[in-house]
Amino acid sequence: MEKISNFIKQNKGLIIFLSLGLIVSVLLGVFVSPWASSSPDGLEKVAEDKGFLKKAEETEPAWKHSPIPDYALKGVKNEKVSTGLAGLIGVLITLVAGIVISLVIWLLRRPSERSRPGHET
Amino acid sequence: MHIPDGFLDPKVWGPAYGVSAGFTGYALYKVREKMNEKVIPLLGITAAFIFAAQMLNFPVAGGTSGHFLGALLACTLLGPLEGLLVMVIVLLVQCLFFADGGLTALGANIFNMGIIGGLLSYAILVYLKSLLSKVVEERKSLLISAAASSWLGVVLAAAACSFELWLAGTIPLSIAFPAMVSVHMLIGIGEAIITTVVLAVVTLSRPDLVHAYSGPKLEVAVQEVR
Repeated sequence: MEKISNFIKQNKGLIIFLSLGLIVSVLLGVFVSPWASSSPDGLEKVAEDKGFLKKAEETEPAWKHSPIPDYALKGVKNEKVSTGLAGLIGVLITLVAGIVISLVIWLLRRPSERSRPGHET
Repeated sequence: MHIPDGFLDPKVWGPAYGVSAGFTGYALYKVREKMNEKVIPLLGITAAFIFAAQMLNFPVAGGTSGHFLGALLACTLLGPLEGLLVMVIVLLVQCLFFADGGLTALGANIFNMGIIGGLLSYAILVYLKSLLSKVVEERKSLLISAAASSWLGVVLAAAACSFELWLAGTIPLSIAFPAMVSVHMLIGIGEAIITTVVLAVVTLSRPDLVHAYSGPKLEVAVQEVR
């Protein structure tokens, strides 16, 4: 615990900066994403125009357990709220996944090397 | 540009999985040597930002939309292999939780967006920056190279995607290539704008957090020694 409080003291600037980054990400995911264009994206549009979109539509998805398909939370009627909530959930999942994966990688380092600054070029 | 299930056949998505798994494994192994307490939250927040930004489809010509990829941005901020891992995390979450991009096509999507759009376009950034650094100051050369290589990264990823569609027998290359490349030449402009603006802000406020930016880092190192 002492180590953590020391780390926080020494890296106040970093923590403020990262918090701002996270706030921006949440704001984009929750409040901006519902107003994003719903037109097909580049690949989808090409598939539609060139007539091979049906290949995807006729194929059973290989993974059928996506809880929030197409960024629309089931059971929420309002489309904007549904997309915004999907954005919030996605931002939190990617944040946690990124932190957990890098934490595991970090723990796999030898303890003596863990705080060695190695990230700088 | 997320390929769904059904566009590719096993002889294309199989090898694509192999190549992407190889690069991802290498990245996991190499990143271990450089991982520290500061990189851990930075990697998570970069992944979260890219996820959010990828949701923001912007309209381009003719009833088509495009969205930010962020692969070059992640590589520039964190380093190329860390950037690849960020893209793998984002693509994996999109595929498993949001049904965006097919599970069979995940390897191909990592290849197009993480390896071509990320690693290859980062190599282009490094090369362009080394040329430009001789003429203009480092920050400007970084921003100009990032704009050019992020645009090119999107176009090259689209080109790779059209090759895969052709190899899978989904559509002739003569149709897929011009269609995919032309629409992504427009989408790439959005990519270049977002990448450059984010890097302009971060190089001003926290230059030490930009992997591809070396200038002020030396000053910080000197201060730490004193």
